[in-house]
Amino acid sequence: MSEVTIIINEQPITVPAGTTILTAARDVGIEIPTLCHDPEVSRYGGCRLCVVEVAGWGSLPAACVTEVRPGMVIETESARVLEARRTILELLLANHPEDCLTCEKTGACALQDYAYRYGVRRGAFLGERQNHPVEADNPFIVRDMNKCILCGKCVRVCSEVVGRSAIDFSHRGFRARIATALDEGLQQSGCVFCGSCLEVCPVGALTGKQRRGKGRPWEMTSVTTTCPYCGVGCQLKLQVKNQRVIGVMAGGSGLNGRHLCVKGRFGHGFIHHPDRLKKPLLRKAGVLQEVSWSEALAYTAQRLSQIKQHSGGAAIGVLASARISNEENYLLNKFARRVLATNNLDHCARL
Amino acid sequence: MRNLMEACCQRCTHTPASPCSEYLLCRTEGPLCHESKECRQQRKAFIDEVTIPSDSPGRQIIVCGGTGCTSSGAANLVDLLNQEITAHNLGNSVQVKKTSCHGFCENGPILHIKPEGIFYTKVKPKDIQDIVLSHLVNQQVVKRLLYQDTAGNSYPYFQDIPFYAGQTRLLLRNCGQINPESLADYLAVGGYRSLVKVLQQMTPDEVIEEVQRSGLRGRGGAGFPTGRKWASARKAAGDVKYIICNADEGDPGAFMDRSLLEGDPHSVLEGMLIAGFAVGSTKGYIYCRAEYPLAIKRLKIAIHQAQQVGLLGSNIMGSGFQFDIALKEGAGAFVCGEGTALQASIEGLRGMPRVKPPRSTEKGLWEKPTVLNNVETLANIPVLIQTGTEAYRKLGTVKSPGTKIFALSGAVTNPGLVEIPMGQPLREIIFGIGGGIRDGKSFKAVQLGGPSGGCLTEQHLELPVDFDSLTTAGATIGSGGMVVMGEDTCMVDVARFFLAFTQAESCGKCTPCREGTKRMLEILERICQGKADLKDLGDLERLCRVVKNTSLCGLGQACPNPVLSTLQYFREEYLAHIVEKRCPAGVCSSLVRYSIAADRCRGCGLCLKNCPVGAIEGEKKQPHTITAERCIKCGVCLDKCKFGAVLRG
Amino acid sequence: MLSLDEKLEELLTKYQDTPGALIPVLQQAQEIYGYLSPELIRIISSRLRIPTSRTYGVATFYSQFHLKPRGRHIIKVCQGTACHVRGGSKLMEVLKNYLGAQPGETTEDLKFTLETVACLGACGLAPVVMINDQTVGQLTPEKVLQKITTCE
Repeated sequence: MSEVTIIINEQPITVPAGTTILTAARDVGIEIPTLCHDPEVSRYGGCRLCVVEVAGWGSLPAACVTEVRPGMVIETESARVLEARRTILELLLANHPEDCLTCEKTGACALQDYAYRYGVRRGAFLGERQNHPVEADNPFIVRDMNKCILCGKCVRVCSEVVGRSAIDFSHRGFRARIATALDEGLQQSGCVFCGSCLEVCPVGALTGKQRRGKGRPWEMTSVTTTCPYCGVGCQLKLQVKNQRVIGVMAGGSGLNGRHLCVKGRFGHGFIHHPDRLKKPLLRKAGVLQEVSWSEALAYTAQRLSQIKQHSGGAAIGVLASARISNEENYLLNKFARRVLATNNLDHCARL
Repeated sequence: MRNLMEACCQRCTHTPASPCSEYLLCRTEGPLCHESKECRQQRKAFIDEVTIPSDSPGRQIIVCGGTGCTSSGAANLVDLLNQEITAHNLGNSVQVKKTSCHGFCENGPILHIKPEGIFYTKVKPKDIQDIVLSHLVNQQVVKRLLYQDTAGNSYPYFQDIPFYAGQTRLLLRNCGQINPESLADYLAVGGYRSLVKVLQQMTPDEVIEEVQRSGLRGRGGAGFPTGRKWASARKAAGDVKYIICNADEGDPGAFMDRSLLEGDPHSVLEGMLIAGFAVGSTKGYIYCRAEYPLAIKRLKIAIHQAQQVGLLGSNIMGSGFQFDIALKEGAGAFVCGEGTALQASIEGLRGMPRVKPPRSTEKGLWEKPTVLNNVETLANIPVLIQTGTEAYRKLGTVKSPGTKIFALSGAVTNPGLVEIPMGQPLREIIFGIGGGIRDGKSFKAVQLGGPSGGCLTEQHLELPVDFDSLTTAGATIGSGGMVVMGEDTCMVDVARFFLAFTQAESCGKCTPCREGTKRMLEILERICQGKADLKDLGDLERLCRVVKNTSLCGLGQACPNPVLSTLQYFREEYLAHIVEKRCPAGVCSSLVRYSIAADRCRGCGLCLKNCPVGAIEGEKKQPHTITAERCIKCGVCLDKCKFGAVLRG
Repeated sequence: MLSLDEKLEELLTKYQDTPGALIPVLQQAQEIYGYLSPELIRIISSRLRIPTSRTYGVATFYSQFHLKPRGRHIIKVCQGTACHVRGGSKLMEVLKNYLGAQPGETTEDLKFTLETVACLGACGLAPVVMINDQTVGQLTPEKVLQKITTCE
């Protein structure tokens, strides 16, 4: 592939042809702000926050969608660029609730971060604001379209990655907004509540319902783990505050990247549920009683041996779980056939 | 043989089923397939019936069937004429024909009698009897129906009327002259000859070279060289390529494309066919806005006719060239005039522009190389192929060759459709052809290029109208809308009007256009209401800069132009609104109060009767008063008062 | 005579395998039923195999589509430049007052729907109002009221 040499902020760099200005800049550590850009979905070029100045060009092109051309001389923070970025941020803030104190996204909000970085306050251009009812009648996702900046990442991730197209742009111009089919809400829209839209939303428009009010990003530690639900082994980042799991984010790595299913992302209520079994129970005299792991395991081993001896291995059935890994299932299979000498082996996925 | 399109006798072998390269010439100049004097005469007679040469024994009454004339009552005239003609037994010598727009809409309904060329204006049903009896029977021109200029001069002949005399009607040559719903009419006046020439004598590369040498530039607004566009689409890799005719004419004040489509649809089809041949495309789309029902109807007819005789389809005229055209109706979105949005709309998506590059000529409709030309551009093609580059380049300027059609409207005496060679000074159009400002008022500004354009003033009247000169002055030729404004126009209100338009039509994809136009509009509204301060003006200018610099598509980037140009040339008017809370032109209703001067009011009650909201009270013969709270400031009272008693201020 | 549903079926059969057919289908379906009901949008989406959210997005993008029933008479006030310069907004004020409806609204008796329309291209006759399919030009506030009072 041919290479192209350009100059960004007086720094010459060489990148493969077809690279965008944004990627070229980020390669050498020059940070250009973006709201609608996401490497995982198609190019959009809508928020215009990433505009840069290219010598000889009249208008300011968006770095995320403009590919480098030989000899381009680019400035990423010129006076024109700064004026444009500040104005765009002011425009976004003018149509955004002044709600940072209680907004779930505070501390992890791109709009907030960029407003801080460019020293932009809300105040200019105040006028009519979008005014939509907040959708919260499903168990998982709160959609507050008043905070939406129409970057469209949720739309693209839902259609291009998840393949559901539960949401899309509706109406146009200042009235444009992201809507579910016929505005009937997520529950009726064919949404599978995978929450990938939450993962990509740069602002507080889409937030998890369960974790609302439970903690700020800076109060939490992130614990990487593997999802316990099925054998796929998605990587999770548990959001932990005061030893309690408040929420789950996709691990951002492994085979699932930023994506999870509804169970992995939202089905963590069992962790701190009072009904959750944390110790083994043994029925003694008809009553279930808490016992130690060694006692439980010893009892199980003893009973399995007894049954095998008395009635033969075929009297034992083994049920494997989708929530353990392939390797663990393989071990269980070996254990059943070799040790227990039974072929009565099944798996919960068939139930 | 009942018409030109039919075989003349049994010896004639030309049918759509057996296509032949001489098919069309055989129809119009033939027969060529066999020798027959009678057939030849018969064919000539059909052509004469359309063209009415000066020695024609028969007469033709042309009734304008354009949208303007139809809405001022032309629809009944054809029937009435036919009734009267039958009553006077003139059926054999006079033929009534409905054509399309003459471009002189305010003087409609228009009747044009050939071969003598008498031109009647503002014809009412009651005038028909007079026309038939006096003109057709007694050979007396009906003088009261002739066009009269403001000085009172009458003009019997169409070509002498100043409005027409100053024009060069090259693309509009057939508009109003032929029946646009008849393929035979188009053929009789030389139609499809360029296609014949291209298919018989030229290679695709030669066609592109010819178009490139002609210097033709796109008439949709940007002025991109048409030949270069075609060449790059021809070069682009891929078997499937598309030709799109952009008939989504949406600029307020522009209606030249509509007139071409309504008046001469086959010329646009011919242009598309030639483009298809040159580029190597077999499929064309016409994307026409749904607000043009008549244009859509006529396009459908024209496409059907062309398909019937094998001018569309496979193996066109035996050349092996295959091309078909589908009509797509817009669904009401101005932004779809933008090329990439238009393509999204054809694909069945929201009409949101995408970032370029890739250009449409590389990846356009359904990701295939696509040529997108505007109606007027395509209508130029048959003309320049027929006349040849040299003759074509004689019109217009070196960098902007050819003619351009303008829709002249607003405060001029003769609004209408005007075709002139590029490079004529603005003054000539507004004061020559347009007849100056109506009601004797003085000229203030002219707005060119619609919502993407700007306003020019007195000092620019000598500017030649071409692509480059206007851009330098802060306006643009745009698609050709030319709105003339008199002294009583408020320029802040004009800017507000255009912004309201763009804001309502913004697709919402990019932040500066979606949010920025809204805030610009709010500031302009505050200025018009007298509620703005000088900080607002600074904010407005900053928004203009940012929206222009950072919007995604051309429409967004150009939408601050009406504000920027009025700020440049009429800044004092903005300041009057902001600082003095005064609208110098007396337009902005919040800054205007209506009152009645008691000493002048005679109590006639005319204002009271006409006030649409009942805001005026008063006893007969007693001075009336206006209740300010109820007044909607429509100004009807001022217009109605015969005594100058209603005051605005 | 085909019933409305039969007409729709005919339309969907004709277009269901054509790429890019959504807009013509919505246009023709609206012609059949007068407006695009939620049910209709769902049927069209499923037959054309387009996500309902996308169909809804398209239907709400273009101003020609109506998702609510409309009045028997449609009054469209031209927003073109020439009409504006020559008093189009006065016509709008008067109509809003008389009908008690804002642009885009239908009167309670379903008699009139008041709308705006981008330039109708009849600028020589400005100001212009379109009443149903008829373009009426050179209007004044009085004339336009006269016109609509004759509507049945």
